[in-house]
Amino acid sequence: MTVYVKGVVFEGVDFDDPKHWGIEAYMARGGYTALKKILSTGMTQDEIIAEMKTSGLRGRGGAGFPTGLKWSFMPRSFPGQKYLVCNTDEGEPGTFKDLDIIVDNPHALIEGMIIGGFAMGITVGYNYIHGEVFEAYERFEAALEEARAAGFLGDNILGTSFCFQLHGHHGYGAYICGEETALLESLEGKKGQPRFKPPFPASFGLYGKPTTINNTETFASVPYIIREGGQKFLELGKPNNGGTKLFSVSGHVNRPGNYEIPLGTPFSELLEMCGGMRDGKKLKAVIPGGSSAPVLPADIMMQCTMDYDSISKAGSMLGSGAVIVMDETTCMVKALERLSYFYFEESCGQCTPCREGTGWLYRVVHRIEQGLGRPEDLDLLLSVGGNIAGRTICALGDAAVMPVQGMLKHFRSEFEHHIEHKQCLVPGF
Amino acid sequence: MVTSNQAPTLSAESQAQIDRELAKYPADQRRSALMSALRIAQVEHRWLSNELIAVVADYVGVPPIAAMEVATFYNMFDRAPVGRHKITVCTNLPCALSGGYKAADYLKQKLGIGFNETTADGKFTLKEGECMGACGYAPVLLVNNHSMCNHMTPDAIDKKLAELE
Ligand code: FES
Repeated sequence: MTVYVKGVVFEGVDFDDPKHWGIEAYMARGGYTALKKILSTGMTQDEIIAEMKTSGLRGRGGAGFPTGLKWSFMPRSFPGQKYLVCNTDEGEPGTFKDLDIIVDNPHALIEGMIIGGFAMGITVGYNYIHGEVFEAYERFEAALEEARAAGFLGDNILGTSFCFQLHGHHGYGAYICGEETALLESLEGKKGQPRFKPPFPASFGLYGKPTTINNTETFASVPYIIREGGQKFLELGKPNNGGTKLFSVSGHVNRPGNYEIPLGTPFSELLEMCGGMRDGKKLKAVIPGGSSAPVLPADIMMQCTMDYDSISKAGSMLGSGAVIVMDETTCMVKALERLSYFYFEESCGQCTPCREGTGWLYRVVHRIEQGLGRPEDLDLLLSVGGNIAGRTICALGDAAVMPVQGMLKHFRSEFEHHIEHKQCLVPGF
Repeated sequence: MVTSNQAPTLSAESQAQIDRELAKYPADQRRSALMSALRIAQVEHRWLSNELIAVVADYVGVPPIAAMEVATFYNMFDRAPVGRHKITVCTNLPCALSGGYKAADYLKQKLGIGFNETTADGKFTLKEGECMGACGYAPVLLVNNHSMCNHMTPDAIDKKLAELE
């Protein structure tokens, strides 16, 4: 369920219309005018990238890297093939926004990618789609057909010399492929094991060619920025946190779903939009940016606004914008046990600290949950974590450690109670 | 190991689908279509035997080991026989907060099997899954890898199971 409040991705989408995702409905709400504007007014690549920089748009996949800057890294005069890749491999627990984009407004993504291709002089793009959402992949393929038939995709777009081919690529179940270099390996038909960086994808990406990778929501924000101007987008949010953003709210709220709202909206307001806490229970804690983000207790969270800077100042991260809400009945040991199992299960096995360390983290949290924990286990967890974080090729290792650190920082007493009394303080799930 | 005398084959329909995937990639990068080719073969044969993996590798034009690596790395590929309907329940934290384990327990009780087991009549296999990117619709389950079912309360599960032949 998408709840449109105010934002650039779902503006004007009539969810009750069964063809709201199609090209006609998209064009009726101003779709493809940004692309036409570029091709008819002779807007240059530099002008497009400058507009992207003005907008303050930061990568919506999790890292929050400025999009305009990323686009400017691409060697525009490189003589050979270059690639544009969209990362719709949305597997970070709590995140389900990109799914709604490709299901409910796929043309915004397609138009954003075409514009990106034009701005960086790229003629071929791929959208890598999360394995579990096959029906969404089919929807995206159908939208591509529409765009091709309308002359927005393919050779000589709208009668110009600009050509851009775009294809969907369906994943098959590996969280690690959300990491951009693992995604590239997977797109090449291999195991999704991350590559060493540098070289960065801008110089050595897909098939060894310069490649730019952006998240689905990032691309879907581009048409608005070109149509309305970067400044207008920036002003929708707050300085350094330009624009609006989709927040996937899950857990103990009355109305879970995607909420598109301005960056800088207070968390308390977001919680109200979700109908408040389920069954009138009390808020205990929130994981504000997907399962890898350190948990924040209710009192800190209620002081935060939903943007990169505020959440990072509070000691966590906005990540993908996945907000996991937990009420007073949630056992933090159990919650962490489930997350630690996930990272253990999804480690690609390439780096020893992560492959072995995630197993250690899971087994130790598991034995605490089972009532077999030892007093020294909490220090053991932190020490294992310290031996993983920063010692691996990709960020999965860090992602496995951050939830552990966050839980022990804010809810240590709950873990101690578990070890001492061999049972939960609260029922859990 | 039990092997049949006849190597498995890919139907004309599967081959046509794989060809469509191959056309997306540069001619010298056929390997990029491997994942889709394995998916298509799995849909046809329900699971990926060693023999079937070799057939797919041959069709795509890569060494069998390359296909084996992919088939064993991605967890939606089934390397052992499964029932006519594979049901995967997400129990990751966001789903767990909204009834993921309850849906799993209900399925276990109703089907009389645990995770990674198949009913005696070969109809259902139950699996535990990780986040499917649909947490707002919890509890969610995935039928045969491709059909996502949202808000799976016990009533909705009963209905779904009755639909599956
Ligand atoms: S946690 Fe179940 S779909 Fe995300």
